[in-house]
Amino acid sequence: MIALADLSLGLKIPLRVMAAVLGTALAVTAALVTREYDEMSQNLEAHAKSLARVMANTLVAPMLHDDIWRAYEIIQSARDPAAIAPELQADVVLVTDLEYRVFVSSRPRMFPIGSSPASQGGAYGRLRAAMLEGQPTEQKVIDPADSAYYFVMSPLVADGVALGHVVLGYSKISFLPRFTGLVGRAALVTLLVLIVIMPIAWVSARRTGAPLLALADAMRRVPDELEMARLTELPGSRDEIGQLGDAFVRMVGELKHKQELEGQMLVSERLAAVGRLSAGIAHEINNPLGGMLTAIKTWQRHGSGDPMSVQTLSLLERGLDQIRHTVAALLVETKPKDRAFEPADIDDLLILVEAEARARSVRVAVDSSLTASLPLPATLLRQILLNLLLNAVAAAEQGGMVQLNAGAKDGKLRLSVCNDGEHIPEDQMAYLFEPFASGREKGHGLGLWIVYQIVQQLNGGLSVESEPGCTTFSIEIPYVEPV
Amino acid sequence: MLRCNLLRARNTGEVADHGAAFAFIIVGMNAEKHESVLSRRRMFLQSALVLAAMPLLPAGAETGALRIGLTPVFLDDQVSFLTRWRTWLERRLKRSVVFVQRGSYREVLDLIRGGKIDFAWICGYPYVRYRHELRLVAVPLWRGRPYYQSYLIVPADDAKSNSLSDLRGKVFAYSDPDSNSGFLYPQYRLTTLGENPTTFFSRSFFTWAHRKVVEAVGVGLADGGAVDGYVWETLAEFQPALTRSTRIIERSPDLGHPPFVARLDIPAAELQQFRAALLGMPSDTEGAELLRLLRLDGFVAGQPSLFDEIKRMATRVRRT
Repeated sequence: MIALADLSLGLKIPLRVMAAVLGTALAVTAALVTREYDEMSQNLEAHAKSLARVMANTLVAPMLHDDIWRAYEIIQSARDPAAIAPELQADVVLVTDLEYRVFVSSRPRMFPIGSSPASQGGAYGRLRAAMLEGQPTEQKVIDPADSAYYFVMSPLVADGVALGHVVLGYSKISFLPRFTGLVGRAALVTLLVLIVIMPIAWVSARRTGAPLLALADAMRRVPDELEMARLTELPGSRDEIGQLGDAFVRMVGELKHKQELEGQMLVSERLAAVGRLSAGIAHEINNPLGGMLTAIKTWQRHGSGDPMSVQTLSLLERGLDQIRHTVAALLVETKPKDRAFEPADIDDLLILVEAEARARSVRVAVDSSLTASLPLPATLLRQILLNLLLNAVAAAEQGGMVQLNAGAKDGKLRLSVCNDGEHIPEDQMAYLFEPFASGREKGHGLGLWIVYQIVQQLNGGLSVESEPGCTTFSIEIPYVEPV
Repeated sequence: MLRCNLLRARNTGEVADHGAAFAFIIVGMNAEKHESVLSRRRMFLQSALVLAAMPLLPAGAETGALRIGLTPVFLDDQVSFLTRWRTWLERRLKRSVVFVQRGSYREVLDLIRGGKIDFAWICGYPYVRYRHELRLVAVPLWRGRPYYQSYLIVPADDAKSNSLSDLRGKVFAYSDPDSNSGFLYPQYRLTTLGENPTTFFSRSFFTWAHRKVVEAVGVGLADGGAVDGYVWETLAEFQPALTRSTRIIERSPDLGHPPFVARLDIPAAELQQFRAALLGMPSDTEGAELLRLLRLDGFVAGQPSLFDEIKRMATRVRRT
């Protein structure tokens, strides 16, 4: 039973339909057979009754004339040894007088003339009682449960006076072959109908189950293969399965959105942690670093001038200076005083990257809708754009192009830089903005980290889209319009 | 449908079997007074029997035909044989011949005594009773002699009954009340045994033909029966299964074989011609073949004294 419950709908629905078809076919067949059986037994009874009536009428004269031989010939003529329908043949024909003695019978050895049929025992003993019941002139059908025969009795009536009875005994067994033949024919017809209907029912049931199976298959892919699940072809019908499919597509869409959101949050949190860490380290390094540099300056100003020491301290000073620069790059700090960003700043930047672009034969296109100055720190924005443009030029194909779009709308400055170089692989995306994460040999790996930090400090947003032939960095930074 | 018709026809008590049915139509063609009967009969015969009967209608079935009555003293239900015999007689006598068959000896006897038919093949018993109203024409030779026997038979599975006296209180089948072998002889035998023939058997009935006596005894409807020995022996050749179901327990002494007789006022020339035809059968190829089918050796003119024994038995039975 459990195995059946676990069966796929792809089999279960067709099997249930088959069972329904089979059940219907069997029920219809059974009904037909039952009806045919009733009709057959009614026909048989009607036939027996009419035969008994004809015989009773015909036997009146031989009975009155005591003509045994003629009576015998009459009852024999009613028997056809090569009958087509043997069940219509009376097995025993008895003609009895009023005292229930045999006048003549179709089986003289079993029922000799003058003997009482009751001496044969069984049902024959009870026929007498049945004869005396009811109207003496009416036909009677007696079907003793314990006898292999059933009997039709017709009274012999001359001028309203009963002379005796004609008793036709029919074998119940001879009825069986015809009935089994009937059942066999019905079974054959049912089988033929089933052979025609079954494949149709099977195919139709399979088609009914197919949308459910497709849906189940799509659901199995959640949550690991969301994209595959989303792309699975689902039924477009307006029935319940269609509605279920629509709901499923919506659910998968929302799941995917949530997954993306979680990914972004993970990246942001990590970047924030990295930011906090680098700020802490920078602070801890800057304090002693300042002290050390001040000490070296002091020594240079007041020192002995020993060439060896001068050389060593100079070396120390350059190393410490490099550390300071690096740390400064790690920790971008907003300068409280800065001028506003002008459209001309973009032109400046183009000049700055021109040399690099020419070296790689990359064309830099600009589409700027900026017309007025924006209340945003120009130095930081220039730093962002310069980093992005330099990255783009470096990433672009040899002889390719870089596109810069700039625009301001609804209190937000929108910048985007795109290049046609190789796209960024999926696995690098998550670490793209982290310091020293660059896969390139050139550069210190802090360019995007600086961009990220500046955008963070300006409460802006940052996104990357990368697909073959087009990698775009987009930035949104809000500003407050001066009143 | 045919069967029902047949049953109803039999119910009227006028037609015993197919043989009698076609005889009726033959007679009907000539006897106007049977017309109403004929029309009734026709409705019945229209089904199928009329087709079987048609070939039997002779071409010249007019008033001048020779009319010969037949009784079941031989196997008179062989239609094809009767056709051959009639054709042969017509060729021999150079006039048309009509065979007249009836359900009982009595009816044929009434016809010949009333002069309605010219000749008849009847039993020796009615011949001795009405010998002054009939003229003896010829007597068949069976096994070379003008004699035959009456057989008393019982069912083959009855091993106990060995004589007529063993059948006391049983059911007995006679063939015809005007038959010597099928009625008179057993009656006579019971009389000689000191029994009352009317009470000796518990039940008795007539089958109106010897062959049917054999049937009735064979199936056990009757516990015993009296039958024409010549018919029984002939049946034993044609339908051995029928006779094998019976057993002969007694044979009568030789008795005169059922003779051909003529109506009393038959012209002498016609009688001579018919007698000559019968007596000449063995010397004719077709005639000999017909005799072979009848299992007879020929005919002799015969003497009335051949039937003296039957006459004696009849007198004895009538007295009791």
